[in-house]
Amino acid sequence: MTVEAVLGSPEIRHPLLEQLSQLWRNKTAVAGLVIVILFIGAALLAPWISPHDPIETSLYDQLQPPAWAEGGSTRHILGTDDLGRDILSRIIWGARVSLLVAVVSVSLAFVVGTLIGSLAGYYKGTLDNVTMRVMDIILSFPYILLAIVVVAYLGPNLRNAMIAIGITYVPRFARIVRGSVLEESEKDYVLAARSIGAGNLRIVFLEILPNCLGPLIVQTTLSFASAVLDAAALSFLGLGAQPPTPEWGAMIAHSRSLILRASWVMTFPGIAILLAVLGFNLLGDGLRDALDPRLRD
Amino acid sequence: MSESQSFSPTLIEARRLVKHYPIFGGVMLKPVAAVKALDDVSLSIDRGETLGLVGESGCGKTTFGRAILRLEEPTSGEVYFEGRNILGYSAAQIRLLRRRMQIIFQDPFSSLNPRKTIAQIVGQPLRIHGVTRRAEREARVARLLEVVGLRPEHLRRYPHQFSGGQRQRIGVARALALNPDLIVCDEAVSALDVSIQAQVINLLMDLQAEFKLTYLFISHDLSVVEHVSDRVAVMYLGKLVELAPSPALYQHPFHPYTQALLSALPLPDPRLKRRHAILRGDVPSPIDPPPGCRFHTRCPHVQDVCRRQEPLLREITPRHTAACHFAGQIQPPAAGDAKAG
Repeated sequence: MTVEAVLGSPEIRHPLLEQLSQLWRNKTAVAGLVIVILFIGAALLAPWISPHDPIETSLYDQLQPPAWAEGGSTRHILGTDDLGRDILSRIIWGARVSLLVAVVSVSLAFVVGTLIGSLAGYYKGTLDNVTMRVMDIILSFPYILLAIVVVAYLGPNLRNAMIAIGITYVPRFARIVRGSVLEESEKDYVLAARSIGAGNLRIVFLEILPNCLGPLIVQTTLSFASAVLDAAALSFLGLGAQPPTPEWGAMIAHSRSLILRASWVMTFPGIAILLAVLGFNLLGDGLRDALDPRLRD
Repeated sequence: MSESQSFSPTLIEARRLVKHYPIFGGVMLKPVAAVKALDDVSLSIDRGETLGLVGESGCGKTTFGRAILRLEEPTSGEVYFEGRNILGYSAAQIRLLRRRMQIIFQDPFSSLNPRKTIAQIVGQPLRIHGVTRRAEREARVARLLEVVGLRPEHLRRYPHQFSGGQRQRIGVARALALNPDLIVCDEAVSALDVSIQAQVINLLMDLQAEFKLTYLFISHDLSVVEHVSDRVAVMYLGKLVELAPSPALYQHPFHPYTQALLSALPLPDPRLKRRHAILRGDVPSPIDPPPGCRFHTRCPHVQDVCRRQEPLLREITPRHTAACHFAGQIQPPAAGDAKAG
């Protein structure tokens, strides 16, 4: 029937997709997207694209400079560290660890924060007051300090670092969702849903929440940036990834003492962190412009 | 559905309905006052009838419409639907009752979920009430769209792809989906252009004839209400002040407030002149309504008794009630409409 014919028509798209298509006009956002895709690509393809084993040590190749420096060779393009491990390979495998931490911790925060925020915003009253004051308490600690406390309690390893980062990110999701839900729940379509007999949970999660996705997507992307950074920070402090896991923060920590003798060992993981964080931030800002005009500066 | 009750002409009846919105204040956030949105309103609607409900913004007409649907919980009073008090109903019972009473909203831009297609919006009532097969739902939705004058290819579109009038038709289709008996039209056409208003009103009246609907037609637009209503109720500050069959109310308004409202209606003939009963001042706050007759602060015919004693609704002529001490004695100022020239 005609219904089927219209299904494929390009003019009929989900409103969210329509807004997202504006992203292409924003050059910095596209740059961010490219970096993010490179980062994710490196993480996913690490076993195939990394030239060497990231944890294999070689006494003969200690502290080789990068290929373009004096004494460097194309065998180790970014040089080697003090144990002769290939830095490029370690950075590629490190992307895997960073992505894993970011995905797990942000997902944890997303699910818990969205649940708390949407219920608080919809039911208001005591539930709202109690949960939001708990969120305030969490927010009142500096993120990294709180994460350190959590890791110190649970024990220093990557899994606990992810949990710690996830917990510290819950409030930002909860607050954003609560705000959007509060605003949306005043609209008539919510009353309309109630008048046709929809239950509360259906109204919150199927009617209201899809309208709060814009700010949520933005927050998720920006949180990826800080999760990468916080994972590196925790590992730098020895509270995240443990040796010999190739993790950017841990790599920097490990090579601190070499900064004057072999600056490349520390520089390249630093640049990797910088680029990953920059990419997610640029993309997040672009998404914010595309999805949530109110948040524009 | 329930044959036993269909003998009674009354479909829904509100008795002494009260809705106060508490205002919280002080250190302990205790209720310190209340907005008296609805104060002791009794009103019944007969099967197949259109009852117009008019009044200024904030007079409680929307609250009344939502209270009888139990979209707002009244503070006190009773609402009888086919003779049964639905205020005592459990959440599950209310859900079943939702099939039989629906609402059409004022703002066609906020009453449709922007993230859902028309098929989802109009099909949702069916889905909630047990039509689980998608194909069956869509067939019924397509039929509903046809009834309200939209085309089946609109099914996959999102609300932002429609004009205000089309969106309101979608709202009407959603309200019709469950084949209800009562539809509350809450300023259903106020947000539309005049030409579109006429289309939607005619649609509503056609549907009423076709599906034997009962309407509570809430509006501040007196000429629209006159056109659609069998009876008209006038509210002021949470109180019912006058209730009469439409022709009687428009020709012989008894309450000075109704008289003032009617004299403010624009006349289509520019040569006609008339004296307006211009109301001075604003509507008093519903937090602290005036004692006695609530209208006495603005009434041109105010007497001492009005400030002391609250007038009760009483029948002035058959089926025509008004809440004024002097109803029937005071004349509307527009009595002598004189043609100029």
